[in-house]
Order: sequence, then C-alpha cells, then structure tokens
Amino acid sequence: MNIYQEELLDHYENPSNYGTLPNPDISHEEDNPLCGDQIRIDLLVKDDKIKEVRFSGHGCTISLAAASMLTEKIAGKSLDEVKQLTKDDMLDMVGIPLGPVRIKCALLPLKVLKAGAYGINCWPGEEDE
Amino acid sequence: MHTSEFRPLDVERIRKDFPIFATEPPLAFLDNAASTQTARPVVDAMDAYYDTYRSNIHRGIYQISEQATAEYERAREKVAQLINAPRTRQIIFTRNTTESINLVAHSWGNANIREGDEIVLTVMEHHSNLVPWQLLAQRTGAVLRFLEITDEGLLDFTQLRDLLTEKTKLVAMGHVSNVLGTINPIQSVIEAAHAVGAKVVVDAAQSVPHFHVDVQQLDCDFLAFSGHKMCGPTGIGVLYGKLELLEEMPPFLGGGSMIRAVARDVSTYADLPAKFEAGTPSIAEAIGLGHAVDYITQANLAAIQVHEQELLKYAHHRLKEIEGITLYGPSAPHQKAGVISFNIEGVHPHDVAGILDTHGVAIRAGHHCAQLLMKRFDVIATARASFYLYNTVEDVDRLYEGLCRAQKLMIRRK
Ligand SMILES: Cc1ncc(COP(=O)(O)O)c(C=O)c1O
Repeated sequence: MNIYQEELLDHYENPSNYGTLPNPDISHEEDNPLCGDQIRIDLLVKDDKIKEVRFSGHGCTISLAAASMLTEKIAGKSLDEVKQLTKDDMLDMVGIPLGPVRIKCALLPLKVLKAGAYGINCWPGEEDE
Repeated sequence: MHTSEFRPLDVERIRKDFPIFATEPPLAFLDNAASTQTARPVVDAMDAYYDTYRSNIHRGIYQISEQATAEYERAREKVAQLINAPRTRQIIFTRNTTESINLVAHSWGNANIREGDEIVLTVMEHHSNLVPWQLLAQRTGAVLRFLEITDEGLLDFTQLRDLLTEKTKLVAMGHVSNVLGTINPIQSVIEAAHAVGAKVVVDAAQSVPHFHVDVQQLDCDFLAFSGHKMCGPTGIGVLYGKLELLEEMPPFLGGGSMIRAVARDVSTYADLPAKFEAGTPSIAEAIGLGHAVDYITQANLAAIQVHEQELLKYAHHRLKEIEGITLYGPSAPHQKAGVISFNIEGVHPHDVAGILDTHGVAIRAGHHCAQLLMKRFDVIATARASFYLYNTVEDVDRLYEGLCRAQKLMIRRK
C-alpha cells in the first residue's frame, strides 16, 4: 500500500485541531532529532476530560497527519485514557505499514502527548524502538 | 588526467556486474554517498575465500591460511597503489572511515595534543570527522576552531590565514562534502597548515571512490576512507599515515596480532601495519576491497569522474526547471563531485524521498550526519541524490519525474 494515499494526505492538507491554545493546562513539545520534525500539543483539561486540543509544529506528511488523527481521537477522553494509548493504537490510526524510519514520524505526536499527560520532560521512548 | 589513456565508461556493461539493477524497471539507486552497490567480482572474490580457503591469517602453518594471508596482504598493496602510498605498510585496515579517524584521534591525538592547542575543522564536516575531535578536545583541553563556508558552499579562504597560527596542531577536513559535493582545495590547506607546523587529516570518504587521490602529491599526514562507498563490502576501511608518524604512534587497540613479545606487565608491539590491526581483521572484506580497487581502476577513475560530472550537469539542468527548488552547494560543476542536495518549497524532504521510493528511486533525506552544515544553511534537512559509475541519464530522468509527481501530490490545494 502506498503511504501517500488520500486519507493521510487529507489530514496533512486539512489537519484537524491545528493551532495553539491561549491558556493551555498542558503544553508539550518535542522534536525528532533525526529529521528535525517538531510537534507541540496544547490541552485544555476540565474535570479530567480533554476539553480542547490543538497541535502545531512542522514535519513530514506522516508526522503531521498522525498528529491530526491523534487529536481527533483524544478529544473528550480522560487523561487516564490518553495514558493508556499505545504504539499500536497510533499505528492502527495511521493504518498503513511504515518502515523503521517513518515509524518514528508516526509516533512523534503520541510521544509528545504522553509526555504532556504524564507531565514529564521527555517521553522515555518505549515507542521509539 | 592523461587524455591518452582515457576511455569513456561502458555503463551498460558495468551495470551487468550489479544484479540489483536487473529488474524492470531497474532500481534508480541515487544514494551512493551513503553506500554504493557491491560489484559482482567483489562478491565472487569474497565467496571464493569463504568457499575455498577460509582460515585465519598470519598464524596458520598450512596452505589455506598462507593463501588467506597472501590475499589479505595483496589487498593492502592494491590500496597502497590506488592512493600512491610510498610503502604498503602505511596502509592500515580498519572497519571504516570513522574508525580510521578515531584511531588518529586516540593514538596520535592523545600523544600530541595538549591543553590550549588548537584543532581546525570546517563546518561542512561529517560527524565522523567532528565528534572524535570534540572528544579529544574534551580529554585534553584543546580548542576546536572552525573554518566557515560561503553561501555557495565553498570554504572561506580569507579566514584560513587568521585561523592557522602556531597554536594550530591539527587540521582535519573532508576532501569532498557528502552534502554539498564541494571538492575542497585541500592541497592549499595542507600547505598552509604545514607552514605553521600543523598536521593534516583528510577525510577522503567521498573522494577516493570518485577520482584519483595521490597522498604524496597532497602531502597529507593522514587520510581515511571506507570500502563500502567504492563498490566494496561494508566492514572494511583504510587509514593511510606518514611513516614517521605511524611509527611513533602508540597502539590504538590492544590484543592479538599487534604484539611482538608479551610479558606480565608490558608488551612490545609489532611493526606496521600489524601494530594497528589488533585481533582478527575483516579478512573477506579486505580481500573484497582489493577487488573493488581493481574494479574501479579497471573502469578507470578518470572516466568515472567524467561520467559523474555529466550526470551532475544534466541533473542540475533538469532539477533547476522545478519551481520552488533550492539547490545547495557550488554551481560550477568543476568545484563539485556527483552529489546534489536540494529542497522543494512546501515538500518535506522525507516526503520527497518517500514518494520517490514508491517510484523505485532511492535517494537520501535528512541531515546527512552534517548538522553544522544544516545550521549553516538554516535548514532542518535536505534531500540528496548522489551518483556513481553505474548511474544513467534515465536515473536522473526518473528522479526529475518523481520530483514533479511529489510536488503535484503535496502541493495540490495549498
Ligand atoms: C564525508 C564522510 N566522512 C565520513 C563518513 C563516514 O563513513 P563510515 O560510516 O564508513 O565510517 C562518510 C559516510 O557517510 C562521509 O560521507
């Protein structure tokens, strides 16, 4: 399957939840040192639920589309649910087979989100392979 | 280059020596700066070792071990001839360029570099010709100084005179940039460095495979390159050094093969080159490298260079047609080897490489282990195509077509 298929490209071109929040409860940013992709995720949390989410940054199709898909998925979820998300969940969302280099692109948004949810500086990277 | 002995490459015949190109359409392999394909005669020579005289070298008192030793040493002679080393024992086999440079940094560096000494590098160095010197500077208190480059990707020579002082003990620089393709005028740098008493290490990973390099003409003190970038196997590299330097240097790694006599507390060391080849070396790979040297010299290095120049000119010409493309590095082809780095506005280099891959075109995207250079040009990454003797004009056409498709796909509605 071609990684440059319509669904991904749609997310890349018209990403959901792109932008920043003025007063986020949680805001976290990380980059992929290998390719310089950079993702920031802002969260507004109320009664332990994610009220609003925005992402920003720059990157390739895969990392930006993954961020868009991820933010769609977590809107309204609790922080605990967010903490439960796994690498496989993220790859299922992306839905296409990826090589070892591009997998890192797809997992960057999840790393950012989980580090933010746990309130740590840098996700230790079980997702990192 | 002697025009009398010049004959152009028979690319069609050469391609038959690389089974990876046998598919239809053939793979357009344009990541040769990272690693080249291995020529069939090289693989055959390694197979012959494994199938008919597999044994360790320098020890066995039996026929096949003697044969393995002879072939291993024959490879060293071929390498010495390739770069015109005065003596065969000035050729040290290592794993790769990186290990060769680390050998110098540890052995020569620890013995000769003191606090306050200066090591001059350039901002276009590959990390393997940067990090070993950072580590040496941290061990010794030496200071790293950097030669800057112009916007065209050429070394800024006006700065060189100020950088080189009696404090300078070492200059370490790449012969050819693996990102920009810039061919650095290292001979002038070596002269200037010697004038202040500094030694010079040349990272020749991107030059020895592509044109004739003569260590005596350059008068460099050390020179390093890798077998896997010149149709040879992985796991074998070369360090050349001036005899008097190598002879004075302490060993790098200790172990078998590099000793003369061993007592409880101290040992005496073997002569060159064994002093620097501790442990069982990459025997098959060294033999393979010897055959890779045969292969590229038979193809003719001058012809390889001309062929790559033609591909480069053609690629420049075609790629320049693409709207929003930025080409990095010198625009004059004679200052440049067969490497072309670029970015297309609005398309991430990863996506460029990813889309090309779906069309059977292999190029590189990323920082190319040259983050100082990425910062210099204020980019996060570039896409890079790099040529070798088996590449064709059709490969360049497919690169061009793939790039147009990538651009259409990625910049549809933006
Ligand atoms: C200019 C330059 N120096 C050094 C190296 C390192 O070579 P190796 O990985 O074989 O040690 C490379 C290869 O990428 C290179 O292009």
